[in-house]
Amino acid sequence: MKKRTSLMFLAFILMLSLALVGCSKNTANESSSEGEGSGSEEAAVDTLVFGRGGDSVSLDPATATDGESFKVTKNIFETLIEFGEQDTELAPGLATEWSNSEDGLTYTLKLREGIKFHDGTDFNAEAVKFNFDRWASGDKEQYYYYNSQFGDRIKEVKVVDDYTVEFVLNSPLAPFYKNLAMSPFAIASPAAIEEFGDKFMENPVGTGPFVFKEWKRNDKITIVKNEEYWQEGLPKLSQVIFRAIPDNSARLNALSSGEVDLIDGVNFSDVGTIEANADLQSFYRPSLNIAYLGLTSTRGPLKEKLVRQALNYAVDKEALIDAFYAGAAEPAKNPMPPVVAGYNDDVVDYEYDPEKAKELLKEAGFENGFEMELWAMPVARPYMPDGQKVAEALQANFEAIGVKAKIVTYEWGTYLDKARLGEADTFLLGWTGDNGDADNFLYVLLDQDSIGSNNYSFYQNQEVHDLLIAAQSTADQAEREKLYKEAQVLIKEDAPWIPLVHSQPALAGKANITGFLPHPTGSDVLSTVEFK
Amino acid sequence: MLTYTVKRLFSLIPVLLGLSLVVFFMIRAIPGDPAQLILGQLATKEAVESLTKQLGLDQPWFVQYFHYLGNLVTGDLGESIRTKAPISEEMVPYLMATIELSFCAMLVAVVIGVNAGIISAWFQNSWFDYVAMVLALIGVSMPIFWLGLMEQWVFAINLDWLPTSGREEVRNPVTAITNIYIIDTLIQGRTDQLVEVIKHLVLPSIALATIPMAIIARITRSTMLEVMRSDFIRTARAKGLKMFWVVYKHSLKNAIIPVLTIIGLQTGLLLGGAILTETIFSWPGIGRYIYEAIGYRDYPVVQSGVLVIAFIFVMINLVIDLLYAAIDPRIKYH
Repeated sequence: MKKRTSLMFLAFILMLSLALVGCSKNTANESSSEGEGSGSEEAAVDTLVFGRGGDSVSLDPATATDGESFKVTKNIFETLIEFGEQDTELAPGLATEWSNSEDGLTYTLKLREGIKFHDGTDFNAEAVKFNFDRWASGDKEQYYYYNSQFGDRIKEVKVVDDYTVEFVLNSPLAPFYKNLAMSPFAIASPAAIEEFGDKFMENPVGTGPFVFKEWKRNDKITIVKNEEYWQEGLPKLSQVIFRAIPDNSARLNALSSGEVDLIDGVNFSDVGTIEANADLQSFYRPSLNIAYLGLTSTRGPLKEKLVRQALNYAVDKEALIDAFYAGAAEPAKNPMPPVVAGYNDDVVDYEYDPEKAKELLKEAGFENGFEMELWAMPVARPYMPDGQKVAEALQANFEAIGVKAKIVTYEWGTYLDKARLGEADTFLLGWTGDNGDADNFLYVLLDQDSIGSNNYSFYQNQEVHDLLIAAQSTADQAEREKLYKEAQVLIKEDAPWIPLVHSQPALAGKANITGFLPHPTGSDVLSTVEFK
Repeated sequence: MLTYTVKRLFSLIPVLLGLSLVVFFMIRAIPGDPAQLILGQLATKEAVESLTKQLGLDQPWFVQYFHYLGNLVTGDLGESIRTKAPISEEMVPYLMATIELSFCAMLVAVVIGVNAGIISAWFQNSWFDYVAMVLALIGVSMPIFWLGLMEQWVFAINLDWLPTSGREEVRNPVTAITNIYIIDTLIQGRTDQLVEVIKHLVLPSIALATIPMAIIARITRSTMLEVMRSDFIRTARAKGLKMFWVVYKHSLKNAIIPVLTIIGLQTGLLLGGAILTETIFSWPGIGRYIYEAIGYRDYPVVQSGVLVIAFIFVMINLVIDLLYAAIDPRIKYH
């Protein structure tokens, strides 16, 4: 017993001394931390904390495929050609001028002079060639975007002089310039790529307004001001911290309590609360997306065009927008949003008309309706805030014309795998454009070549295919737009989808933030952002 | 005591072997070709073949298993498909984050749960007993995500006492050494950061502690009630011992074994079951690490994550077993 008491006593002494050490450290530190205090407080004013739904996967834009990665790399790296501030028009980036030959096979770009990468090495034509050679030499899985956008189309990248670079193509590629402006094709420092090798994705070095500082996975990424940035007076912030806060409500809570300054992925139903709060403001991202219900045209009654048209007539899109998008969306009639060049506004949508739908069903021989599965997305996306509820609304719409839809859902990865294999009768899905080109919607989502990748509805129409291929290989923009407009008329008639809405994803920030311009592609340059 | 410990350690060997076998067959139980699944529909035939080879899937299963076991013994958990990093390195920060949170949650759960149980038993059928047991019932049935959001709303937004999410004040970041931030800030003598780290721990710890706390309180109460009715307690009271000592020393010591069992099981469950809390409070822990790996079809990470959690679970139970023996000397002779 005695032994135990003395043990207890020892433990007590230990705890006491620990506490004392803690206290003495405290007082010893006070003076020094006060000294730093003013400095860190100043830094806090021009530090922006950006709350978002997930962490990045890779900070090497060439190997990244997810939006959360590009959100960060967009601020560390720059592309040869940039998109406009809030649209997908072409604007000068690392290249100041560009031109191409008549036949669309040779593209010449003049590069901006005097730019350095964050590691102090020079940006020049050699660096551009190095990057393109790197992407072309890697395998398909590694450089996904390079292979999907350029494939083996680029024959050669020539260094004409230090600041002129020439691309020679095997066949014309109409969206060439738009592709160059996409985040994955940002130019990285060759020296850093060689130095870090496989670890480059954790040590990104570019020319952008911010320099990479630290990455704690699944938690936060810190980037700091590039003091040598070539654009005078930018960036305005000294530091940006990207934090991953997966739950939408928790993220809004973090904004309300002041832990973060700006958040994306705001529930449409929360916009009202934000607007009522004087300390906060809301933003809308210009729409570059489409939410749709795919009608797999290889399955059961859905093989019939009349049936697919009938389902189109049955859906009340305005009601969906009021109920689930708080009005921040417009009804979709084409498979791409109106901002994309080549959008055909003359296409007439199947209006909401259940009677007409029933007539078509009768004509198709399904007078008594039929049963089908309706797949509901298990995750929220900017174009689809609540898949389950949207599915229920559609179910009610279909019920009204005698079609019994059974709602089905799977874990997200499985959902995509199964839908890609054509196992869904009808499925909810959507798409956010990468480069604002019509090709990136129509060819990627509805061409017969894309069956097995992104054409989940197994839509096949030779005429549409010919138009889309012709549009890909024409350099003449007016001609391309004409071809895309024709394709949209055919697609409308065939009704492989029910195009639902184009949504404007909502964001929110502190009221004193200025200069934030949400970009339709979802990757925002934060160099002009500041606190009032 | 030493021989007992050694004996218990040896008895772990078959458990760990069985564990590794189960986890090993997990990835093989996925229908279809794992290499194809990992690479996706569009993978070329060559890529599938080379990955099959790389994973050693072209060899008989026992060769594969011993190879896998060999890697495990040397601490090699393989490579993440998504990030290409070695899992044994990549996992450490996540694991430490979870351990820190689970430890704090268990501290809250044990201190409050055990005491609430004891007092309820001591003053059986008093108002304290009723209130505590109703609260415990609510605690067991509380949806964690709702509780978490409510905590944030009350303590962070309305009262502005505590932060809603994360592990640290991001504008004043902690330099990680052990990745257990309480220890890191102590080593570096950064008391300003220590306060922040503790503040960040409070809300998620309470959310995570709710269910185990309720369970512990109920178990403690019922075993204490049983013990306090026994003869030796009556003797202790009869000889005039203060009630406090009777309860906290004589009774508790005899009632603690089932309570310890529950504490051990609950601690193990916390490690793996903290995904909801980690999501609501954006805590970068191992639950979310594995959950996200599932979404990306990153099988090696899922496999290794499950293995590590299961291993820790086994270890905690070993510690509990040893504690039994320390508390009740009769156990080691059985």
